[in-house]
Amino acid sequence: MDCCAPDADAAPLDRRTNDDELRLASRDIGGGLRQTELAIPGIHCGGCVQRIEKTLDKLPGVMRARVNLSTKRATIHWRADEKSPPFISTLSAIGFEAHLYDVGADDKDGTLAELLRALAVAGFAASNIMLLSVAIWSGAEPATRDLFHWISALIALPALAYSGRIFFRSAWRSLRHGQTNMDVPISIGVLLAFGLSLYETLHHGPHAYFDASISLLFFLLIGRTLDHMMRERARTAVKSLACLAPRGALILQTDGTNAYVPVNEITPGMTILLAAGERVPVDARVVKGQSELDCSLVSGESAPQHASAGFLLQAGTLNLTGPLTIVATAAAKDSFLAEMVRMMEAAESGRSIYRRLADRASRLYAPVVHLTALLTFVGWMIETGNVHQSLTVAIAVLIITCPCALGLAVPMVHVVAARRLFEDGIMVKDGGALERLAEVDTVVFDKTGTMTLGDPQLAGGDTVDCEALALAAAIASHSRHPYSRALAAEGSRRLCPPIALSGASEHPGSGLEAHAGATVYRLGRPEWALANGEPKFPDLQLASVVLSKDGRAVATFSFEDRLRPDAREAVAALAADDLALEILSGDREEPVRLLASRLGILHISSVSPGGKARHVASMAAAGRKVLMVGDGLNDTPALVAAHASMAPASAVDVGRNAADLVFLRESLLAVPQAIEIARNAAWLVRQNLVLAVGYNLIAVPIAVLGYVTPLIAALAMSGSSLLVVANALRLRGWRRTRDRLAPLRRLSAVPQTPLGSTR
Amino acid sequence: MIDYFYLIPIALLLGVIGLGAFLWSLRSGQYEDLDGAAERILFEREDAPVRQQRLSGPE
Repeated sequence: MDCCAPDADAAPLDRRTNDDELRLASRDIGGGLRQTELAIPGIHCGGCVQRIEKTLDKLPGVMRARVNLSTKRATIHWRADEKSPPFISTLSAIGFEAHLYDVGADDKDGTLAELLRALAVAGFAASNIMLLSVAIWSGAEPATRDLFHWISALIALPALAYSGRIFFRSAWRSLRHGQTNMDVPISIGVLLAFGLSLYETLHHGPHAYFDASISLLFFLLIGRTLDHMMRERARTAVKSLACLAPRGALILQTDGTNAYVPVNEITPGMTILLAAGERVPVDARVVKGQSELDCSLVSGESAPQHASAGFLLQAGTLNLTGPLTIVATAAAKDSFLAEMVRMMEAAESGRSIYRRLADRASRLYAPVVHLTALLTFVGWMIETGNVHQSLTVAIAVLIITCPCALGLAVPMVHVVAARRLFEDGIMVKDGGALERLAEVDTVVFDKTGTMTLGDPQLAGGDTVDCEALALAAAIASHSRHPYSRALAAEGSRRLCPPIALSGASEHPGSGLEAHAGATVYRLGRPEWALANGEPKFPDLQLASVVLSKDGRAVATFSFEDRLRPDAREAVAALAADDLALEILSGDREEPVRLLASRLGILHISSVSPGGKARHVASMAAAGRKVLMVGDGLNDTPALVAAHASMAPASAVDVGRNAADLVFLRESLLAVPQAIEIARNAAWLVRQNLVLAVGYNLIAVPIAVLGYVTPLIAALAMSGSSLLVVANALRLRGWRRTRDRLAPLRRLSAVPQTPLGSTR
Repeated sequence: MIDYFYLIPIALLLGVIGLGAFLWSLRSGQYEDLDGAAERILFEREDAPVRQQRLSGPE
């Protein structure tokens, strides 16, 4: 079978992209052309690339389509004077789900290119100077040695100026703010080594450290580049996820025509036409229409809500079934979303600033090193009284202690750890997040969308009557209401015999109606589906659907939220690690209690977004290190307030950007996995720091006594760097959580309640 | 001794050529899609990176 055979029956996603939105998200590249970027997560191989490019090229108006297999994105140039070609629907017809990737958000990131160029120049200089140095070490004649020193200086000077500026800039910035970071001792060491070598060269001295200063830069740039690439990869992977927030809305203008307006140009009082499947762009009030709303991303409420005229909508709510006419009550900057962003900022400023381990280490390290060098100088002055010799030895101390290993010790481990997590579908935004994650002692989960998939499932499972289910599934297949989808899915899973119906129609806000001959079937809200006077079913609940035949009830269905796969295993693994667990939900008490008791963890329900952030902050104030896992808009302030945060790929855009880690797969095992790898990484970082310090303990006495030659400096430095890199690579071999949890999983696979038996 | 006078410039020149080639390939977008480049040798279509196509302009 073809590796990229698409799953053709993938349910149509809840949001459609129209011509105006596409134009809004594209960029004018001149020559009457516009450029659109699409993220296509389903690309696997060269075959996919070819198919997509061929299909897109055939569309009228498309000048050029080019797929990038590494980033799983397509760049399309199309003629601006025509209607935008239907990229997304065309791609979905050949089985690739695609969504817009905002080009305008940021232009190509220049930092990586700058780092790579600096690395190339440093690499070139380091290798050439090293070659010349080998000749000197082998005992070149003084004349040749001087010549080689001069050539080395000529190579080193531009390389130092070009490649070193990344460190100098950062060191200068930090010094100006009265702080030190790792780059301060690095810059001082490199510059002094170069200065001393230049002086030696001018005075025909035997020892020059050009090779040491440049290869130091080279090693450190490797670490820095890898670190940057890891963060960049995580960032683009998160950015490639579908954008949930609408970019604009269809406005009904006073003259009766429609216009598509970007979200931040919507003002209160504007009338918005909201189609089914669209998200509410700004806070608004319904004036016309009936529909059902999915508030799970906004408030955490799992059951769909009924909306009719007069109902107030919060920005971000998804309109499920019927078209609505709404009037904006607030501009985008005053909407619910903007309020969440303000609360996030407040939470951010309230949180204590985390200093990365490397920076904390350098705060201790730099004064010690510089003091040692100074004392060495003073000591040699007292002993010999020779300024030149004393200075040479003091600078040799600085060179040998230059935190080459220290500068690599931390980023290398983080890069390897991030790579491991990346393979498991977990994106880490930066190395500091890994350090914080390793310290976590409490995990707080959101319920809807995090513990659960936010996707209802028919309750009762196999106890539901097959005949009634078949009927209900046949009717439900005409709607994309989550309950209908759940019924249709359950019907096809149980292989109920299909039933022929005619004229199914959807009544937004009420349910579905279908005919079979003269019989009228209704599937929907009890008060609508049942004729007046029909005795109510005893087990009629709030969140249930009734199937009626000519006004008499045939069956009732109730729904429950589907637990995220492996939620039990994840909870068990976290509890086994002595982490305190808690569910913090904005949903009603009952569903939260039900879920929490099934998983056996504490719960707090009906919490407001601000309440969530306050709860997390109060736990932090009590000395707990909280990991917040959440997906909704209402979780974002808490995500920022927490010590570390994770969000699933299905989270709102703001949440995904705020979280330290984003996991792309459905399994909740990502949480224990990430914590385990972060802890292993923290352990390795500590080992590496000990190795680096141990190396200094051996090397510094040699340097202080004045025995360091350029050869010894070069050997010691590369030796210690290789050692910490090799130690960091050990993280790759660590056993995976999945394998270790395998016995656990088998245990929990036997007794399962319907909530867990999804597959 | 006299050998150095041309051997070292030659060595440095080779190094500079290598460095220049790398910087050029970086600039022309050849590292944008490493996975894709491996697959594209099997395609019959033109396969220059996007960056260059953009510079030369459409049509």
